[in-house]
Amino acid sequence: MLNPLSLLALIGRAVLAACRQIGALTLFALEALSHLVRAPFYPRMFARAFVEIAYFSLPVVALTAVFTGMVLALQSYSGFSRFGAESAIANVVVLSITRELGPVLAGLMVAGRIGAAFAAEIGTMRVTDQIDALTTLSTNPMKYLVAPRLLAGTLAMPLLVVVADVLGVMGGWIIGTTQLGFSSASYLTNTVNFVQFEDVFSGLVKAAVFGFVITLMGCWSGYTSRGGAQGVGAATTTAVVSSSILILALDYVVTAMFFG
Amino acid sequence: MSTTPPPKIRLRGLCKRFGDKMVLDGVDLDVQPGQGMVILGGSGSGKSVTIKCILGLIQPDSGSIEIDGQNVLAMGRREREALLDRTGMLFQNAALFDSLPVWENVCFKLLAQKRISRAQARDRAAEVLAQVGLAASVGDLPPNELSGGMQKRVGLARAIAASPDIIFFDEPTTGLDPIMGAVIDGLIVDVVQRLGATAVSITHDMASARRIGETAAMIHKGRIVWTGPAAALGETGNAMVDQFARGEREGPIQMELRK
Repeated sequence: MLNPLSLLALIGRAVLAACRQIGALTLFALEALSHLVRAPFYPRMFARAFVEIAYFSLPVVALTAVFTGMVLALQSYSGFSRFGAESAIANVVVLSITRELGPVLAGLMVAGRIGAAFAAEIGTMRVTDQIDALTTLSTNPMKYLVAPRLLAGTLAMPLLVVVADVLGVMGGWIIGTTQLGFSSASYLTNTVNFVQFEDVFSGLVKAAVFGFVITLMGCWSGYTSRGGAQGVGAATTTAVVSSSILILALDYVVTAMFFG
Repeated sequence: MSTTPPPKIRLRGLCKRFGDKMVLDGVDLDVQPGQGMVILGGSGSGKSVTIKCILGLIQPDSGSIEIDGQNVLAMGRREREALLDRTGMLFQNAALFDSLPVWENVCFKLLAQKRISRAQARDRAAEVLAQVGLAASVGDLPPNELSGGMQKRVGLARAIAASPDIIFFDEPTTGLDPIMGAVIDGLIVDVVQRLGATAVSITHDMASARRIGETAAMIHKGRIVWTGPAAALGETGNAMVDQFARGEREGPIQMELRK
């Protein structure tokens, strides 16, 4: 029979550990942010991270967006045709893509690519003493490794989501005009007339938040990794899983802020 | 007031605990300016932690660290960074930045502090690489294409490129064949002499210790148990040091092995 007190102690320990982690993560993020406003800056590191996130994530984000738009058009047709509401398809596609699916799916894709890559790179630097080496070369590793990546993630994700929005709508348009019998002009007019600034803007705010979270979790897991190859592997997993969950949770928070 | 200059590095009562394990238990050590100091000790004796404390990579729990008579631990961040700016470190596995070519590794600090342009850095890198016996063409290679001995030399070049006045060497010969070990030791002695720097090395390689050290200190269970001339290692009359220097199983140092 399990002692109820030891069960309580177990829960207490887990809660304390979680609080400690959240506190440490918050301090880590604040320190990194403080380096964004204090010289020296490392534009080279920023540019490298920005290209890695914005440019090299384009193919995977683009494919995701196009297919999502196509599926949305097909699915909403099969549902809406029961009520004779086929004309709403363009509206449904553009609203879903700009408000939700563009930022969330791009975020999840980038979390897989970038979160994992950053965690593995910084984790390897940690376990091979490269981060200590930075300190001995009078370079603050938070300033050199973490701050430029956070900035790059926060700025690059909205750009990626603009591309995802356009391609997602295009996916819907392809299916609408080739399979569902819409005229190209009426589909596009429906789309443009229906979508509002707030729909797109809320999506871009989400994108910036997700970009920050992905790079933060990637850098944090790598930076705090311990114990060789296994530690780096664990850091990579943590980065992807935690940023994916945070994306979905923060998606709710930002949605509630804009539309709640 | 005494007129003798303060030691370059003075450690007093340095303590550090990781969890339940007391790694440093009151380390006292003086390193005189221009001296080659070798810190000896078995694995886990606290050698690495000692120099990581001096370099500010690990915060000691108590004790004092003075460099040129100034207490590092009592300083603000900026002052401390300025003081540590004059140190260099060669890591055990060289710890080269694998995302950068060799020349950027060598001139990393000069570039990061914008003391030279990228064009000048290439020339400066070639110059420093020559000092450690490497051709300028090595500068364009990525570090992972170098052999262990070459990586050590590039690490040495990186440590000396900004002309530091204290250089730390963490097991400079570990993982190298005996000849390459002797070559690296020779380079270390050369560059330290040329810079007029103070060198602190940690090692458990006796041949290397005699080559690069003038003074040796033995650390055991987190304390300095002996200090003396490096040339005398093996015949010091201190049972612990002599056992360690000769690599004998029987003696005052008992390895904690489960029988």
